[in-house]
Amino acid sequence: MALISADNRGLRLATRYAVLGLIAVIFVFPLVFMVMSSLKPDQQLLQDSGNLRAFLPVGDISLNNYTAAFQRAPVATFVFNSVLVTGVTVLLSLLICSAAGFAFVFVNWKGRGVLLSILLATLILPFETIAIPMLLMVAHLPWIGTEGITWGWLNSYHVQIIPFIADGLTVFLFVQYFKDLPGELIEAARVEGASWGQIYRRIVMPLSGPILATAAILKFLVMYNQYLWPLMVTQEEGYRPVMVGLQYFFQLNVAWGEVMAYLSLITVPVLAFYLYLQKAFIASIASTGVKG
Amino acid sequence: MKVFKLAASAAILCWASAAQAQTTLSMWYHGAGNEVELKLINEVITDFNASQSDWKVELQSFPQAAYNDSVVAGALAGNLPDILDVDGPNMPNWAWAGYMQPLVIDESKIANFLPGTKGVWDGKLYSIGLWDAAVALVTRQSTLDELGLRKPTVDAPWTKDEFMAALDAAKAAGKWEYPLDLGMAWTGEWYPYAFSPFLQSFGGDIVDRSTYKTAEGALNGDAALAFGEWWQGLFKNGYAQATQDPADRDGGFAAGKYAFSWNGNWAALGALAAFPDTVFLPAPDLGAGPKIGAASWQFGVSATSKNPQGAAAFIEFALQDKYLAAFSNGIGLIPATPSASEMVDNYKAGGPLSVFVEYSAKTALVRPVTPGYVVQAKVFEKALADIANGTDVAATLDAAADEINADIEKNGGYGH
Repeated sequence: MALISADNRGLRLATRYAVLGLIAVIFVFPLVFMVMSSLKPDQQLLQDSGNLRAFLPVGDISLNNYTAAFQRAPVATFVFNSVLVTGVTVLLSLLICSAAGFAFVFVNWKGRGVLLSILLATLILPFETIAIPMLLMVAHLPWIGTEGITWGWLNSYHVQIIPFIADGLTVFLFVQYFKDLPGELIEAARVEGASWGQIYRRIVMPLSGPILATAAILKFLVMYNQYLWPLMVTQEEGYRPVMVGLQYFFQLNVAWGEVMAYLSLITVPVLAFYLYLQKAFIASIASTGVKG
Repeated sequence: MKVFKLAASAAILCWASAAQAQTTLSMWYHGAGNEVELKLINEVITDFNASQSDWKVELQSFPQAAYNDSVVAGALAGNLPDILDVDGPNMPNWAWAGYMQPLVIDESKIANFLPGTKGVWDGKLYSIGLWDAAVALVTRQSTLDELGLRKPTVDAPWTKDEFMAALDAAKAAGKWEYPLDLGMAWTGEWYPYAFSPFLQSFGGDIVDRSTYKTAEGALNGDAALAFGEWWQGLFKNGYAQATQDPADRDGGFAAGKYAFSWNGNWAALGALAAFPDTVFLPAPDLGAGPKIGAASWQFGVSATSKNPQGAAAFIEFALQDKYLAAFSNGIGLIPATPSASEMVDNYKAGGPLSVFVEYSAKTALVRPVTPGYVVQAKVFEKALADIANGTDVAATLDAAADEINADIEKNGGYGH
């Protein structure tokens, strides 16, 4: 009887790994296709695309597409811009949105329920519906910089960062997570005379690793994939991010190998960031039920 | 020593004041990612900046696929440059929308420019191009000989019957996967640019050009219905494929998959490299004369430019034959003037691509010159794709005409 049970367990385990392995293959294959294609000349790439050779480093393999991609577009500038804009936005977003979530959950103030509802209602607004009003607004806002006061935020990093620091989804994630923290901890700290700032810094934030990772990854993906907004507000090449840069490769006759090389290059920061935070991300999903 | 110091100071002051006297003109161009085009436009700018002391052009280049959206966003934000380039058929929309102002240049300098290079809207010149593009029916002399076909000329093009007989002969030969490559893998502007001339050759059009206020009768009249049935027949009867792998569009003719290919002059050198006996035939006459599309990228002045005379000075400077020839050598398109064509080996008399100059001059028809074209092009594209895939011709063209009419009405007639 015990033998049968062990066999069943083994079978279940094998089935589970087989299914998980299949899912992993489905998810990994596009990445493998992208990297392998980036190493092949266009003609071979197109010939291979209909069979398994597309996923193998076979044929005329070289780094020529990478060299050509760097010649066609200022790839390093685009990657730097995206990493800078995304990194700063993520950091500021974690700070501002977690503070907002903290205030909504722990601080008792009049109208917080209504304000939270309004904030959540913004989730149903597609960005495209507010893009033009936002453009009209930022085109005339003042900015204090090294040149003194200037008007209009176009062609800058801050025009790509500031409008996206706070958003309803990130605040909502923090609100949901903070609601599950033990209220006794906060009450005890208040009794001991801790200020709200101290409670936020010394009690709540140290307990918020998983949600910080989740919010960071979600924000990172949104920001790194920005296309419409930077297209509208950056007329100068020096400020363009990677997704606008992708358009440099779509000429009349598309050089697909270069496209794949560029995509491989710009995928590296995303993968690195995700792999760095994946443990905390998975822990957060498991604990809050948030789906990425 | 004192005299030397004084002279040096004076020289520095002169240089500084000359540098300060140059007013900066901003310019947007669609060539980002295209190394050859960028190099050429930068050469023109460098030469212009060095040629005079009043103006200094500074370039911002945009990827072509994102260029139109960038200009629209720039216009909304009040941030347009002094000089911009515009795809010919879009110019009326940008002029109507207030993005561009009329281009004031010495028009005697463009008297001999190809008609498709002049962007005229509401009776005024708004833009001018350094080159034009043309389409031809690409095939091989050996194919014509093998199938026993007459080689058409622009003065004696194939009739519709001759064209269909050629396709029938190619189909019967069984040597090619399809007799005709129409380039169905290319979407967007290719449809109205390459295929609306077939409709016009039948006697129809995307919109009624006498008023530009309706598509009724033009897009769904008898001629258009005849075109629609013919168009659908190309796919239904196996002459061409309704959906095409992009790789086949790029290399199918060279790989021997098609007997004929409807393609632009930008692909002509590739075809010649594949088959030295490649010939470029004029569009067939489907009833109302042979037609091909016209108008490519052109330069104009933004409506918000505070220095329109400087912008116009740059554009006028760029119209020199040597730049027209340089662009043609670089990107393969047709120089805007006959004299510049003579400077280009491919397009000079007897050159391998010289027939394109003749086709452009004699058979080119610009796409509808109306601000509504940007919408009409998309409606037309969808209708043709639907018909190619088997929808009812009359119903599809009626629906397309209704959609165009509704858009014209919604926009108050677009100023016509």
